Amino acid sequence: MGEMTGTSNGFAVRTEGVSRQYAMGEALVHAVDDVSIAVKPGEFVALLGSSGSGKSTLLNLLAGLDRPTSGAIYAHEHNLAEMSSQQLAHHRSHTVGMVFQAFNLLPRMTLEENVELPLRLAEVDRAERPARVREAVERVSLAARLTHRPSELSGGEQQRAALARALVNRPTILLADEPTGNLDSLTGDAIMHLLQEINRTLQMTIVMVTHDKVRAARYAHRIITMRDGKLVTEGASDEIA
Amino acid sequence: MKLRDLTELAARNLREAVLRNSLTTLGIAVGVASLVAMLSLGVGLQELASTRLSRSGLFDAVFVTTQANLRAFGGPPRPMAERTSTQPARRLDDDARQQLAQIKNVVEVYPEVRFPTEVQFEGKPFMTTVAGIPASARRDGAFDEMKGNFFSGPEANEAILQIEFARDLAKQTDSLLGKDLVLRYAEKEPLPADAPPENAAHKSAANRSDADDAPASGGFSLVPRELKLRIIGVVETEPATGFGGFGRGRLLIPLQIAQNLRIAQPTDMREMLRGNTGKPSYETLTVRVSSPKVVQSVEDTIKGMGFGTFSILDATKNMMLFFTVFDSLLLIFGSLALTVASLGIVNTLVMAILERRREIGILKALGAADRDVRRLFFVEAGAMGLLGGVLGVALGWLIGRALTIGTNAYLKRQELPAIDISSIHWWMVALAIGVSFFVSLAAGMYPASRAARLNPVEALRYE
Repeated sequence: MGEMTGTSNGFAVRTEGVSRQYAMGEALVHAVDDVSIAVKPGEFVALLGSSGSGKSTLLNLLAGLDRPTSGAIYAHEHNLAEMSSQQLAHHRSHTVGMVFQAFNLLPRMTLEENVELPLRLAEVDRAERPARVREAVERVSLAARLTHRPSELSGGEQQRAALARALVNRPTILLADEPTGNLDSLTGDAIMHLLQEINRTLQMTIVMVTHDKVRAARYAHRIITMRDGKLVTEGASDEIA
Repeated sequence: MKLRDLTELAARNLREAVLRNSLTTLGIAVGVASLVAMLSLGVGLQELASTRLSRSGLFDAVFVTTQANLRAFGGPPRPMAERTSTQPARRLDDDARQQLAQIKNVVEVYPEVRFPTEVQFEGKPFMTTVAGIPASARRDGAFDEMKGNFFSGPEANEAILQIEFARDLAKQTDSLLGKDLVLRYAEKEPLPADAPPENAAHKSAANRSDADDAPASGGFSLVPRELKLRIIGVVETEPATGFGGFGRGRLLIPLQIAQNLRIAQPTDMREMLRGNTGKPSYETLTVRVSSPKVVQSVEDTIKGMGFGTFSILDATKNMMLFFTVFDSLLLIFGSLALTVASLGIVNTLVMAILERRREIGILKALGAADRDVRRLFFVEAGAMGLLGGVLGVALGWLIGRALTIGTNAYLKRQELPAIDISSIHWWMVALAIGVSFFVSLAAGMYPASRAARLNPVEALRYE
């Protein structure tokens, strides 16, 4: 689907001592504390950790949805920490695709309109859009449900629709935040298979946040474990498991 | 995001909360409608007053008299010693009339012929005031509602009666139309230079010739004459044709006929005593100009020629000042309604931000820039403003029509002619829609800016 592009120092995405702190009342919360990771192009990495470990915050930083308090995040030679909000929007639109635990489809739009939305935001030519949408929905096997609204789709179908939406702009990095968190075991496995297939066929870099150690070990190439905002372990999935 | 995509998304968003957005749009429409109704009422009343007054012949006319005559109008006579000029006042004769007619923007110049005399109708005598009416007076509003017709020609032996005088002649004024009356008057006949005054007496009108107009040496005699006139119309009031000496005209005849009668005027005695009997002079001349706007310049020119002038220009200025203040007040009240409506937009869009917080987060996660979100809310506000503006103009027009219909129903009961009290111009439509659009955009600034600043991570967490 998408062509792979060069990355900084050969990595798809890389962080250097990145930290994110929040002020909660008078207390300062270190959501991410001096984390340095590097993800190779085409790598499938699982960010593992319990609730509040900082894995989702790190994912949001990689997506350019949030800015680090300190440190650097490199994607395509550019430091996200130094980007303007306009440049971050461009990064979110063209470099990364995001999948959420809660699917986050717009309920009043049909599947087709939901998938087309990133194309509108990226100002893709109108004539090109139908083919791009069809290509994305066919990849997640939802071509027959184009005119359905999210409420008319099952949980698994909604997550596949969200996946199609994340892929439609042909990003180089797919960021998934607990993509199976709201799904039953069987449907969750199906989604994981789909992510694995996308990773293999498109050579797409995937960073997935999960607290499911078994799935992480089964599908990811590498597992990064976090606790209290810090990087705890990092290694190949078979080693960690 | 491109404008077309923005517009489509905005339209979708507006459709989603159709009830709330419709009510907000209706609020704007009511605000705009009140603005349009007030403005159209102000302009309509102004136009009505201007039209009526300008058609009365007062606002495009300059009344000219000799300096000597004008002094008589301006309070107690001043002693001769106070007069700044030792030159005699310039005569208002035919030469002066021709000069006045040559002035730029002057349409016509005519004398005021008005005199008290006796009328015989069905064998009974009636005292009345006769006034000569120029043909151009046909355009005056005074003749719009008349019964019968205007003069068939400038020298037609016809008369139009003022309604009060007509009632003196007959209870049913309509029955007077087509009947004849006899005007009895005293004609001024110059005495030949070599003839003793007594020889000139008792000369009949039939024996009168052009030679009679030759310069006379000393004076004139007054000869009783009669003229039969056909009553062709009855009018409510006499149009303004001059200073109105001897009171308002109650019997109106064509000006040319009135001039041909050579009625003795008060100036004749003065002119005779001064020995100016060679050419006839006028008490006053009415100079009608092309537009009320040029009254001042024409008046200045005439003053420069050594004549006294009077116009109702100052009254016009005061009227315009009144309407400017009146319009401003109406505009303020209309604007208040629009201000309230714009607060409705702010409220609707702020509520929309709360409701669509998560959606804004999703849009940002998918690549929407702050600018895109801001513009989306702007387009929504602008669309509501535009639609509200168009609806408001239509509603304002309807209110104006309703006011006119209501007013005319009342006027009809009072047996008064119908009027149009509201007037909507294209500039007003453009102004109302433009104001509605830009006020809506201004109202959308704060919500749009707030939506654009939303932190996407927090917005995505919002349930």
